[in-house]
Amino acid sequence: MNTSETEDVLAVAAAWRAAGEQVAIATVTETWGSSPRPAGSQMAITASGRMAGSVSGGCIEGAVAEAAQETIRTGRPQLLDFGVSNERAWEVGLACGGKVKVFVEKLS
Amino acid sequence: MTPELIAAIERAKAEKRPMVLATRLADGTQLLLPDPAAAPALAEAARAALRDDESRTVHLPDGDWFLHVYNPPVRLVVVGAVHIAQALVPMAALLGLDVIVVDPRRAFASEERFPNVKVMQEWPDEALDAIKPDSRTAVVTLTHDPKLDDPALDRALKSEAFYIGALGSKKTHAARLKRLRALGHDEAALARIHGPVGLAIEAVTTPEIALAILAELVAVRRGALLAERAAA
Repeated sequence: MNTSETEDVLAVAAAWRAAGEQVAIATVTETWGSSPRPAGSQMAITASGRMAGSVSGGCIEGAVAEAAQETIRTGRPQLLDFGVSNERAWEVGLACGGKVKVFVEKLS
Repeated sequence: MTPELIAAIERAKAEKRPMVLATRLADGTQLLLPDPAAAPALAEAARAALRDDESRTVHLPDGDWFLHVYNPPVRLVVVGAVHIAQALVPMAALLGLDVIVVDPRRAFASEERFPNVKVMQEWPDEALDAIKPDSRTAVVTLTHDPKLDDPALDRALKSEAFYIGALGSKKTHAARLKRLRALGHDEAALARIHGPVGLAIEAVTTPEIALAILAELVAVRRGALLAERAAA
């Protein structure tokens, strides 16, 4: 029991990469209010659509996966902001009312 | 992120070395700390994050950095390879705890009863001297046998273990405290022992008792109001 999780998302990401997949890693870097997952929570996404781990209670995973595809394409990292002040967050619907920042990077 | 960096993180985890992966959010620059070549401000921020056991974003002169903390797992020393331990051990593993079972009675501490967990068959005081409980270690005694529980509690009280629990009724616990007092432990020290162990959830079955113990351990570790009320 610490800030890490039982599921080792990085190990999964590395295994996918080793198998020839294009992989992005998303990490919660900051939270405010009642966000469901703490900073450090991670999700791995492949170009082929596989996913492991999570960065919320399921409310923003779709949008993060979309951003991950862009990062896989361009190689450029992104810092995504989901919160009440963000139009997109309303769309995506962070039901808990919290705010999170998610860093998305490509596994080279 | 690179496969080499992930391999380095996995290695540190396997060796139970505390470590921080620092990522500059503006451009994705990454390094693993501790690293003697790191900027002093970043190195200090990483040390603080490890101490607090909290991954976080810090604002430094050269940009915002995300510090991902990889501390070795919290350890749980279970004294007594008894029936409750058989429920407690897999549940603790699910919580990510690094579990060590201590019981010198070979019939109890068998591989068959406790697969995939570290079992020590030394006497509890010797085992705890070897384990060296620190502020990231919990010690729970389950044997009901003073010959086994008392030396374990004595060593736990002399350590910085963040959680010490002892199975047994209020009456058993009162007798136990009397014996520990005779060993020289004062009231402040004895107050560290959670006994009867576990949150008062009216647990009846073995897994329920294990749940009550683990719930209390989590409450203490996370500073829950519940745990403070229980201690008061």
